[in-house]
Amino acid sequence: MPESSSASAHKPLSDQVMIQMEGVHKWYGAFHVLKNINLTIRKSERIVICGPSGSGKSTTIRCINRLEEYQRGRIMVDGQELSNDVKQIEQVRREVGMVFQHFNLFPHLTVLENCALAPIWVRKLPRKQAEAMAMQYLERVKIPEQARKYPGQLSGGQQQRVAIARSLCMSPKIMLFDEPTSALDPEMIKEVLDTMIGLAEDGMTMICVTHEMGFAKTVAHRVIFMDSGEIIEEKPPEEFFTHPESERTKLFLSQILHN
Amino acid sequence: MAESHTPHPDLPPPVSTIGVPGWLRRNLFSSPLNIALTILAAYLLYIAIPPLLRWVFWDAHWRGDSRADCPADGGACWVFIRVHFEQFMYGFYPDEQRWRVKTALAVLILSAAPLFIRSVPGKIKMRLGLGLLAVYPVIAFVLFKGGVLGLPAVDTSKWGGLLLTLVIAGVGMTAALPLGVLLALGRRSQLPAIQTLCVTFIEFWRGVPLITVLFMSSVMLPLFLPAGVSFDKLLRALIGITLFQAAYMAEVVRGGLQAIPKGQIEAAAALGLGYWKTMGLIVLPQALKLVIPGIVNTFIALFKDTSLVLIIGLFDLMNIVHNATTNPDWLGFSTEGYVFTATVYWLFCFSMSRYSQSLEKRLHTGHKR
Repeated sequence: MPESSSASAHKPLSDQVMIQMEGVHKWYGAFHVLKNINLTIRKSERIVICGPSGSGKSTTIRCINRLEEYQRGRIMVDGQELSNDVKQIEQVRREVGMVFQHFNLFPHLTVLENCALAPIWVRKLPRKQAEAMAMQYLERVKIPEQARKYPGQLSGGQQQRVAIARSLCMSPKIMLFDEPTSALDPEMIKEVLDTMIGLAEDGMTMICVTHEMGFAKTVAHRVIFMDSGEIIEEKPPEEFFTHPESERTKLFLSQILHN
Repeated sequence: MAESHTPHPDLPPPVSTIGVPGWLRRNLFSSPLNIALTILAAYLLYIAIPPLLRWVFWDAHWRGDSRADCPADGGACWVFIRVHFEQFMYGFYPDEQRWRVKTALAVLILSAAPLFIRSVPGKIKMRLGLGLLAVYPVIAFVLFKGGVLGLPAVDTSKWGGLLLTLVIAGVGMTAALPLGVLLALGRRSQLPAIQTLCVTFIEFWRGVPLITVLFMSSVMLPLFLPAGVSFDKLLRALIGITLFQAAYMAEVVRGGLQAIPKGQIEAAAALGLGYWKTMGLIVLPQALKLVIPGIVNTFIALFKDTSLVLIIGLFDLMNIVHNATTNPDWLGFSTEGYVFTATVYWLFCFSMSRYSQSLEKRLHTGHKR
C-alpha cells in the first residue's frame, strides 16, 4: 500500500454526523459487555476498532444496525434514533451494510441472486434492474465471471468480495465490517482489503473491526482500542501506533505487532 | 520455483480396485466374514426365489372370471384381483360416473407433468405448482362430489378404494406440510403466546395415537355438535389425519430450522429483510431442502396410515380389499389380496422415495456456506 494515501492525505471531513452513540450499555444476563460507549462518526469517516477478543468490538458495531439490543443509552444513525419498532429498525438496516467474518452468503442462491435479492425484495426494484446493478457491483469487486456460480464453489476471498458487493447493492450510507479477513487464508486477505480500500477512496463511511494494522494505518481516520467493554483509547492512526497513552494499549500493540 | 516443477504423471490404479472385479471384491468378498455372508445370502436367495416366482408367475392363474378358474394347485389366483379390480380402484363409486374420477386423474397428470420435466423454466413451474395447489382441489372436488354443473351427486360414503386412499393422502400431504411449517416457525417464535400455543398443539397431537384421533373424530365429535348438524365422516377423518401429521411435520421442519446457522438470519436482517421474507427466502428454502428425507418419511408414513380409516368404516384400498376377501364367493384368496395391496402401497411409497432422492441431488448447490 503506497504511503501517499496515508492518513495525512485524507480529505477534510464534513461536519455531518452519521452515527452517534451516547452512553450505550449492554448486558448479556449479568455480564456487562458494553460499558458506556460514546462515539461520534462523521460522514465519510473511516474508523478501525481493535482490541483483544471478548472486548466488545463486534458487539459495538452490531448495536449500530440493531443486530444486538442494548439496555441503556441511545444510538442515532443518519439522524434516526434506534427504537424497538421493527419497521424502523428495518429502515435503518437498509442504509447500513454489514460484512461478516464468515461471509454469511446464502448458499442456496447464486452469486447474482445473493446480490439482487435485497434490492428486489426490500427496495422493490424490478428484477432486471436489480440484476444489472448486481453485475455492476460484482464487476467492481472484480468477480463478474462468477455471477452464475453458487457461493460454495468460490474461495473464501471471493465469497467475502461477493458479500461486500451484496451489501453495496443496497446503496448503503454506512458500511460495517466485522473482522472481514479473520476467516481468510493469508493470500486472500489482500484481495478483500484492496476492495475495502477502493470503497474508502470513494468516500464510504466505514467502521471496521479488524486486526489488520496495515489497513488501519493507511485507511483509518481514527483507531479505537477497546478492552473489556470500554473504549480505552481513540486516536488518529499515526499517533495511536507511535504514542499510545494507556499501558493496556501498549501491551496489546506490542503483542500484535510482534506477530 | 513453480515453473520448473513437473508433477509426476498419474499411474493407472491396480486392476483389482476398479470395474466389476473391484466392485465384487469391495462389496462381497472383502473379508472372510463377508465371504461367508455372501455365500449364505446366495443360498437363502436360492431356496426362496424359485418357489416365490412359481407362485407369483409360472403356476399362477390369470384368465377366467370365477373361482372355478383357480384350482388349488399352489399358484396365485390373480383372477380374484382382476374381477375386483374396478372395485379396488373406485370403491362403491357408481359405475357410470367413474369417468369423472378418470377425468380428474387425467387433468392431474397433464397439468403436473411439466413440473417433472427439467427443461421447463422454474418460473413457469412455480406458477403451475401454485395454480395446481389452489385450483386443482376445487376441480377434483367438484368432479368427485358432483351435485353442481349437472353432475349427479356422489356421496363421500361411496368413495372408496385407491381413489379414497389417494384423496386422503393427497389432502393430508398438501395440508400437513404448510401447517407443519407454520407450527415449526411458531415453536421457535420469540412471542411467548404463539410459542406456547404451538408447543401445546404439537405435543397434544403427537401424544395420541392416530387410531384414537380417528375414533374420536367419528364417535365423540358428533356428541359435541348440536343435534341435526352432521359433519361429513370423510371430512372429519381428513381433518384428524391432517392435524396429526402436521404435528410430526412441524418437528421435522424444526430440525431443519435449527440446522441453519444464525449468520444466515443475521445477514438477511442486515440487508433489511423482515421476518417473513427472511424465513421465506432464506431460511425455509435451505431448511426444507435439508429435511427432504424427513418430510418424505412423514409423507410415506401418512400414505400408509390412511389405511387406518378402515376402523371408522371408510373403504380405502386396504379395507375394500379386505372386504372382498370375506366375500363368500371368493373365500381363501386373502394372500393374493394383501400381496396386491402391499404392491400398490409399495409402488407409491417407493416412487416418493426415489423422487425425493432425485430432488435432493438436483437442489444440491455445492459445499455448505
